[in-house]
Amino acid sequence: MNLIGKSVTELRNLIKSKKVSKGEVWDFFVKRVEKYNKKLNAFLTIGEIKNLDNDGELAGVPVAIKDNFCTKGLRTTASSKVLDNFIPPYSATVVKKLEGAGSVILGKTNMDAWAHGSSTETSAYGSSKNPWDLSRTPGGSSGGSAVAVSAYLSPYAIGSETAGSIKQPAAWSGVIGLKPTYGRVSRYGLISMASSTDCPGPLTVSVEDAALILKVLAGKDEFDATTSQVEVKDYPKLMKEKRKFTIGISDEFLAGVDEDIKKAFFKVKSDLEKMGHRFKKVSLLSPEYSISVYTILQRAEVASNLSRFDGVRYGNTREFFGEEAKRRVMLGNYVLSYGYYDAYYKKAQKVRTLIVDDFKRAFKDVDLILTPTTPMTALKLGEWEKYPFFGEKMDVLNEPIAIAGLPAIDFPVGLDRKGLPIGLQLTGNYFKEDEVLNAAYQLEKETEFYQVIKKGFKKWR
Amino acid sequence: MEIKNKYEVIIGLEIHVELSTASKMFCQCSASYFGKEPNTNVCPVCLGLPGALPVPNKKAIEYTMMIGKALNCKINNKFHFDRKHYSYPDLPKGYQISQYDEPIAQHGWYQPVMSSKKFRITRVHLEEDTGKLIHSKNGTYIDFNRSGVPLVEIVTEADFRSADEVKTFVEELQMVVRYLGISQADMEKGSMRLEPNISVKDKTKIKEGELPPYKVELKNINSFRFAKKAIDYEVKRQIELLEEGKVPVQETRGYNEKKGITFTQRVKENADDYRYMPEPDIPYFEFDDKYLNSVFLKVPPVPQEIFTNLIKQRLNKKTAFILMKNKQTLDFFNEVMPELLKKNSEFITPQAVANLIVNEKVDIKNSKDKFISNVIKILRPIQTDKDLLTQVVKKVLTNNPNAVKDFKKGKENVVMFLVGQVMREIKGKAKPQDVIEEIRKSIKD
Repeated sequence: MNLIGKSVTELRNLIKSKKVSKGEVWDFFVKRVEKYNKKLNAFLTIGEIKNLDNDGELAGVPVAIKDNFCTKGLRTTASSKVLDNFIPPYSATVVKKLEGAGSVILGKTNMDAWAHGSSTETSAYGSSKNPWDLSRTPGGSSGGSAVAVSAYLSPYAIGSETAGSIKQPAAWSGVIGLKPTYGRVSRYGLISMASSTDCPGPLTVSVEDAALILKVLAGKDEFDATTSQVEVKDYPKLMKEKRKFTIGISDEFLAGVDEDIKKAFFKVKSDLEKMGHRFKKVSLLSPEYSISVYTILQRAEVASNLSRFDGVRYGNTREFFGEEAKRRVMLGNYVLSYGYYDAYYKKAQKVRTLIVDDFKRAFKDVDLILTPTTPMTALKLGEWEKYPFFGEKMDVLNEPIAIAGLPAIDFPVGLDRKGLPIGLQLTGNYFKEDEVLNAAYQLEKETEFYQVIKKGFKKWR
Repeated sequence: MEIKNKYEVIIGLEIHVELSTASKMFCQCSASYFGKEPNTNVCPVCLGLPGALPVPNKKAIEYTMMIGKALNCKINNKFHFDRKHYSYPDLPKGYQISQYDEPIAQHGWYQPVMSSKKFRITRVHLEEDTGKLIHSKNGTYIDFNRSGVPLVEIVTEADFRSADEVKTFVEELQMVVRYLGISQADMEKGSMRLEPNISVKDKTKIKEGELPPYKVELKNINSFRFAKKAIDYEVKRQIELLEEGKVPVQETRGYNEKKGITFTQRVKENADDYRYMPEPDIPYFEFDDKYLNSVFLKVPPVPQEIFTNLIKQRLNKKTAFILMKNKQTLDFFNEVMPELLKKNSEFITPQAVANLIVNEKVDIKNSKDKFISNVIKILRPIQTDKDLLTQVVKKVLTNNPNAVKDFKKGKENVVMFLVGQVMREIKGKAKPQDVIEEIRKSIKD
């Protein structure tokens, strides 16, 4: 059976109704990985078929997992040579939950080393390639996961986002990426980048899949003190309720954005209006402020989180760190140093509070905020070196949302004049993933997201 | 000027107490690691594996609040954990989760019952213990069994002026902690660790209210006895240097108990930069007064209160203090005393019973009933065996004709010698009054 482009929901139903066996599904995807991975470099390690007795919601559906989630018995490198030989003795909560629901780990995906970057080019194992144009980056840091879904080497993937690392590669690779509220999904077993914003989430080919996966992943975890007690909702069900939203748009989030992306943005706005949703201008702090705040807080947490890789364990010494990690550790330690802490870290925390308050104020007037996901579409490989703080710049529209810990979904809305996917994002209030998914689902129903995802698969028949 | 008057010893203390909670501070591993095979009491969290996260132990927080309360501290409604960064092989995360600017408790004081002085407590905070390095001829190994065990750090002001003051304070602190039931507080096993910061002030050179420009931190002190010895040695060493016109180096020194000396471990030229930052993996804590009060209710009477109670029962201070040193002993005393008092005997007083206990005349390991019957036997009034007395007196008088002669001549004090002879012979089975009477009567006859 040709399974190309089937959503998780469709695959699951085919398996349940015995139209296709779990083994056939597995073979189908493994063959695709074998065929295309050399070109795309999406996967670093391939898994094994197991978990066949499980009859859960995701029974037999393969999943690609970003290589910063610990997988028991399966090599986990975070794309750094420091962990070149690391085989974790335990699995991340996210992995346990997916396996508990019946999913099978197809493999571990490439990423920027330690999730430091927005292009996968800091990976110690070479960059992943954008399936839309192999001379371009797929975005990052969850680039391998985005590529795996975009070229349909895996029906869905798990990524992690600190500020844009799910939604930016989803936008550049033309798939759907969901970043839940901070604390909605457990971080236990996710190799920490910046602990106060790290957030796991799915990359999928349909909104319904994103809702389904979130339902499996969400919830309080006794192993992560920062997970929330807020009740997990039935996202796939709530998604289908007919609701009308007041959607905010912010000029501050359109400043400096590429013209093609702006054009797509206003097209989607008018489509949503036609569907009966109201739009309202909201004034938000310029995302530029978030670059400084995010950079300081993130570098500090990075320096701290990487200090456990001291060369005593895991086989490789600190010399195996790449340049980007070293830069981040140095800056992070600097801002935490005695005498500098107040001027940098403490001040950044205060501005962070202002950004949070800013969003809270905005969400008194609107249900959702629609913005572009990125200021431009996928860049050529190697271009990142021209931009100091490349990642921060590419993620400028994601950083405020990440710093505030809000949920947001990216979805493709068209192609630019170079034929590259454009992504927009809907951001919701805390724990309103149901609203974010609901609006995205309505738009998907109405527009099929302008056929972008399907066009993506075509190149990888 | 005499050396004794010229110098003032200045000591502040850092005391670490390992809590005897069931599990470790941030994971489910057992907090009791003593004697276990290396690296068998570990999990991803206490090994600091990539991706593992700390989840704080609520009991440990409660215990820390209890210590703070017993040390008259202000218990903060809001506090959080911080990361203290330093690199050492026994610290698997490269940072220790500790508390920096918002500890659980601060601004307290404590006055030991046998002391007339209050010592100020700067802060009481909660952190995690490290692993242990095992040095052998084949190399150095790391045992992470202890990694993540909850550790309370108590920091005092530099209020101590002698090793004796330190010893009195720390011994009683141990008592407090054991009364709270939150730690074995065993110095030999490392569940209580003392690190004194010592300096000596030359009063002819440094003004009142000012401190010397250096301090020496002492480590590896494994008992109260060594604590006093180590401090005394260190003070002597510093005074000798000052007498030579030198200023002792700011450093960490270890104590070698075999040689009885201190030695340089690490010279701190600058203050360490631990690059503290708030621990992002653990949300900030906020407790209301209702909760705090419910914890305070769990704090048992502190030594001062127990001591006062014992003194009220007319125990002398020394006996009272020895009795209360061990909680089980005191509990036993408090349990049997009401029943013993019911016997309504003028001989069974709290002091008499306490004496029997502290002098180990009666074993308290026996059952309560056995103990009570033993005490009654020992403390009952003596009944004189009249017939036996007559016999013994007769014998003693016959054997001591000179004494009898002297008595008859009017030497009254001879009678006490005779009483002594009789008492020895009769083995206490007569009241002294009856013995004297019988002797007088027999001589007259």
